[in-house]
Amino acid sequence: MIRILHQIFRTGIATEPLQPEVSSAIQAIGAELKEAIWRRFNRSLTIRQVDAGSCNGCELEIHAMNNVFYDCERFGIHFTASPRFADVLLVTGPVTHNMEIALRRTYDATPAPKLVVAVGDCGCNGGIFGESYASLGGIDKVIPVDLVIPGCPPAPIDLLRGLLRLMEQMGRKIK
Amino acid sequence: MSVLTEALIKSLPEDVRFRAGQFPEKIPLCIVPRAKFVEAGRLLKKAYALLAAEWATDETPFVRGYGIFACYRYGSEYLIVKSDVPLDDPVFPSLTRHFVPAYRFERQIQSLLGLTADKHPDQRPWIKFEDWPSDAWPLRKDFDASKRLPRVKGDYAWARADGEGIYEIPVGPVHAGIIEPGHFRFQAVGEAVINLEERLGYVHKGIEKRFEVLNWRDAHRLAGRVSGDTTVAHSLAYCMALESMTGCAVPERANWLRALFLERERIANHLGDIGAICNDVAFAFMLYQTMRLKEIILRTNQKLFGHRFMMDRIIPGGVAVDIDQGGIREIVDELDIIAKEFERLVIIMDENSSLEDRTRSTGVLQPETARELGVVGIVARASGLNLDCRIQNPFPPYDRIEVNAPVLIAGDCHARAWVRVEEVRESIRIIREIVASLPSGEIIAEAASPWPDTSGFAAVEGWRGEIIYWLQAGPKGEISRCMVRDPSSVSWLGLEQAIPGNIVPDFPLCNKSFNQSYSGHDL
Repeated sequence: MIRILHQIFRTGIATEPLQPEVSSAIQAIGAELKEAIWRRFNRSLTIRQVDAGSCNGCELEIHAMNNVFYDCERFGIHFTASPRFADVLLVTGPVTHNMEIALRRTYDATPAPKLVVAVGDCGCNGGIFGESYASLGGIDKVIPVDLVIPGCPPAPIDLLRGLLRLMEQMGRKIK
Repeated sequence: MSVLTEALIKSLPEDVRFRAGQFPEKIPLCIVPRAKFVEAGRLLKKAYALLAAEWATDETPFVRGYGIFACYRYGSEYLIVKSDVPLDDPVFPSLTRHFVPAYRFERQIQSLLGLTADKHPDQRPWIKFEDWPSDAWPLRKDFDASKRLPRVKGDYAWARADGEGIYEIPVGPVHAGIIEPGHFRFQAVGEAVINLEERLGYVHKGIEKRFEVLNWRDAHRLAGRVSGDTTVAHSLAYCMALESMTGCAVPERANWLRALFLERERIANHLGDIGAICNDVAFAFMLYQTMRLKEIILRTNQKLFGHRFMMDRIIPGGVAVDIDQGGIREIVDELDIIAKEFERLVIIMDENSSLEDRTRSTGVLQPETARELGVVGIVARASGLNLDCRIQNPFPPYDRIEVNAPVLIAGDCHARAWVRVEEVRESIRIIREIVASLPSGEIIAEAASPWPDTSGFAAVEGWRGEIIYWLQAGPKGEISRCMVRDPSSVSWLGLEQAIPGNIVPDFPLCNKSFNQSYSGHDL
């Protein structure tokens, strides 16, 4: 136990303040967002991640959002195990023929406002896998998409930026 | 002559023909009549060979029929055995009775190429779901891959168990965590699992078919996205297979840089896995600590090589990015930090009795079962099998680097975690050796296109285990077939066998300790 405590103290706080361009974006969005989003989502944004056919690259970066450097929970962003509790579906693609039905069902199980974010180049348009018998292409081929975060894979900071942009969009919509 | 070819020639002198045009030349391709396909397998098994892969081709562009291939491995040798299958009788004899891994390879061949595996004990499709039209065989040349598949009605015959108190738990395809989709069906009595059946194929993206419309110079990008966590090893295997066909001499420096990327990928993934295994027994401290170390590595990758996972940094003919003295310094400094922090964490991990309680004797894959199943990589090395391409079949620069792969015999979650711990240590040592003796020179050589009707083979030790690529050039020299064998294609079988007898709540832990790729398996 003493070693664990030692290691915790030695590590200190590794979480980074946001880079200037991101934090200024937050400030800009902040005032506008605060009331709408904080009331709407009760100060937190709950995400259900769905892999609809990804190569697992995007999943690694979504995982990394939870590591101590990015610590997305400090912004009220957290991941849930069930679509029934989700505000946002974070979907990676391309949507495969074999995942299409499961993705639709997950979408159906999600309560309003059913925000959908398509992650990665493949989630945007099928990427290198294109459209074929097995790959239907981007997420918007199957369910409505509110925002895309391109990249192969998008880095954690891009994912955070994307989610902030989503809140911004939503803030306007809700007002 | 190698042990395997000798075994074949001695017993089947009349029937074995060797075929030119298969590269590299030390990995021979021999053709036997279809009726002797199983006999050849049986003879090779007697010579202690294991089945590494089995696949089929549609060779109508060459005005031939179909081809069925089996790749055997024994020590440092690989041998590919092929039989021709006529178009009007698309049947081949099943190897499953002699080699368990053929069980899924053959279901897959049957599903995607429409060749019937004669006497295969399980005729259910694999990867092809029950709602596909039964005559949709994507790997046939006359299949139009650009069209969407219509859905038809169909059922999948799950393995069932009957009896008092037996119940069934279906899990997936959409799982609770941030992981890939797959379906698991447990038959359980109380907490104890009596059977687990996997059902994979959800992320089938048609990768092997997709290769056929790409050109040789771009296809490494697709190979790098077969399994995103193994991007370096997959693109390396693709490039090595291609380079063997074109006789491309990769510059020395490029070979060493490739190994550098490969070992960095291994450390990053193992760190993530060690943390995740601990997290699954509620020891979250380790997850946050190892993920911190992993992030440090990814950031150095981004800074030095321009991509966090080093995607598309290995290209046909060499590598796309070089490193200077400053970069080497940075890697050495980073490794000093990682090594020091990691050793502290290992002590904490080793001293944690509840971690040990949960992981020891959980999810045991017995060495004899592991051997029967033909599992590879970390799963094999945790179950007493000393398999590592870096040692047995060393591709440059591993022919000049000493690799000490840890082998444990317990076969439980603890062993699989500990194999990773030892490999992180070993990879740190290897990287230090690489950067200390990195040769100077070019990093890329001109890569030509292969001749028509040639084929190339490569096996690379990725962080999960042995990755095999087999490429075939068509009549015009285009990509006619790209067979991908991720370690997951065989090691998923290990999970299925390790679970019965365990309790349901231990499944996530066991699954994490195997951590096989869904995407690499489903293709």
